[in-house]
Amino acid sequence: MKLLRDISLIFSRQMQLLLRNPVWIAVGLFQPVMYLLLFAPLLKPALGVRTNAEAYEIFVPGLLVLLAIFGGLFQGFGLIAELRAGVIERSRVTPVSRLALLLGRSLRDTVSLIAQAVIITILALAFDLRVFIGNLLLAYLMLALISLMTSAVSYGVALAVKSEDALAPLMNTVAQPVLLLSGILLPLTYAPGWLQGIANWNPFSWAVDGTRALFRGDLGAPDVWQGLLIMALLAVLAVAWAARLFARSVR
Amino acid sequence: MIETRGLRKSFTSRQGREKKVVEAVRGVDLDVAEGEIFGFLGPNGAGKTTTLRMLATLIEPDGGTATIAGADLLSDPGEVRRRIGYVAQGGSTWDESTAREELVLQARLYGVSKADARARAVRVLEGFQLSEYADRKCKTYSGGQRRRVDIALGIIHEPKVVFLDEPTTGLDPQSRAHMWDEVRRLRDEGMTVFITTHYLDEADALCDRISIMDNGIVVASGSPAELKRDISGDIVRVSTPTVASAAEVLGSSSFVTKIETQDDGVRLYVEDGAAAIPLILRALDAASVELGTIELHRPSLDDVFLTKTGRSLRES
Repeated sequence: MKLLRDISLIFSRQMQLLLRNPVWIAVGLFQPVMYLLLFAPLLKPALGVRTNAEAYEIFVPGLLVLLAIFGGLFQGFGLIAELRAGVIERSRVTPVSRLALLLGRSLRDTVSLIAQAVIITILALAFDLRVFIGNLLLAYLMLALISLMTSAVSYGVALAVKSEDALAPLMNTVAQPVLLLSGILLPLTYAPGWLQGIANWNPFSWAVDGTRALFRGDLGAPDVWQGLLIMALLAVLAVAWAARLFARSVR
Repeated sequence: MIETRGLRKSFTSRQGREKKVVEAVRGVDLDVAEGEIFGFLGPNGAGKTTTLRMLATLIEPDGGTATIAGADLLSDPGEVRRRIGYVAQGGSTWDESTAREELVLQARLYGVSKADARARAVRVLEGFQLSEYADRKCKTYSGGQRRRVDIALGIIHEPKVVFLDEPTTGLDPQSRAHMWDEVRRLRDEGMTVFITTHYLDEADALCDRISIMDNGIVVASGSPAELKRDISGDIVRVSTPTVASAAEVLGSSSFVTKIETQDDGVRLYVEDGAAAIPLILRALDAASVELGTIELHRPSLDDVFLTKTGRSLRES
């Protein structure tokens, strides 16, 4: 009970601060919207599909996963600012649950990611994308798990390195291969065998496949439950690790 | 209220391949009584902040014992957290939040209900004369206002002990005096205040008792008056054109414990300066030594610091 109360205290504070400057949600949306408007139209001929709807079925899920990965990985910057302001230390001398310090923040990130995902989905509807609401909700669950995991990882790394100068290159170095090996922009069905082989070891590639299956309306595809399971496991691990750092971190 | 025995902490730092162990705190014994303002002094790097962070449950001691407000630091840090307040040196407010929001949140993190937290925030804002700015963002506050918010955050849950890490560093003289009043008010309300400071005049004016830390251990403890009395009594400086004869007359006097000659006079170390002055005048007069001026110096905490650590706090 105390844990839930603590999580909700931290979450509402973070949410309140986020909503005070909602422009950041819009800024976060700028890149994906640009992809949607300026990159996606190339896909119908490039993928050799018959309709725009089919191209968007392939592209939009990838775009949303991309948004979840990157949005999460860069949340650590905010935490470093809080560390510097002394806010984290002030929280750590109170009896508040250390897990709540992490989850309150990560859930805020997850909620804002889902809000962005909804906006992108609505925009994509204008381009003839059609998806069943039940499938869409499951896809959002996948995105929420990804965002929870990546933001927890980002917070953990932020607590470990404590400096923006170290966090930025580190996150970029992680994000780059993850992005290229997950078939986010183009499906890996076009990839040569060796590349597919490597991509199979990238958990995000499973998440992308699962999300695409959901947008296709193929709820029964094994990709769906496999993707969800892998993301859920990784999210739990990431949260446990980062919460430990909240409890231990010296400064 | 606070009792520590042999508190220790060392850090390992890496330089290239070599590991270096730094013993930051090497066995600290402290006794802080209920309801006093306790000053913790020492040069930078003496281990003050490390000790403070251990007492505030932010880092785990390597060894030793500590009881704070009746709770055991090593076996029950959670209970210690509930009973203490801690105000860090670097501030603790978020630019985009208001003082009221920060205070309500802080109280609620200690388990206080929403309505009660709001009422407490109003009371504390009033007490620290912050009501006027309560709903402005923290980034608009002056240094002194912001520091008052920090302290308000540290005591909103009515702790038994509050730790203040250099609360007046960087404040202008007026804000500093104001802060001293706030600290005294906390004590008068029944709180035990544990304060670290760089300023000896501050320790002298504000603290009921102090401990001086150097190189990871406590080198002296007591009330400022006791510590000053301990060192060497008082110092009387006599200026005279005939230094040699003055030194001869006074050097043989029984009330002078030590004498130093200077270019234009002598420095006398005496037990009680006020009582010594008439004796000095009479002795010089009897020997017909010409007298310039006579001054009495009471030893300051600076002198205490110099004797105990071998250096002045200003140079460290």
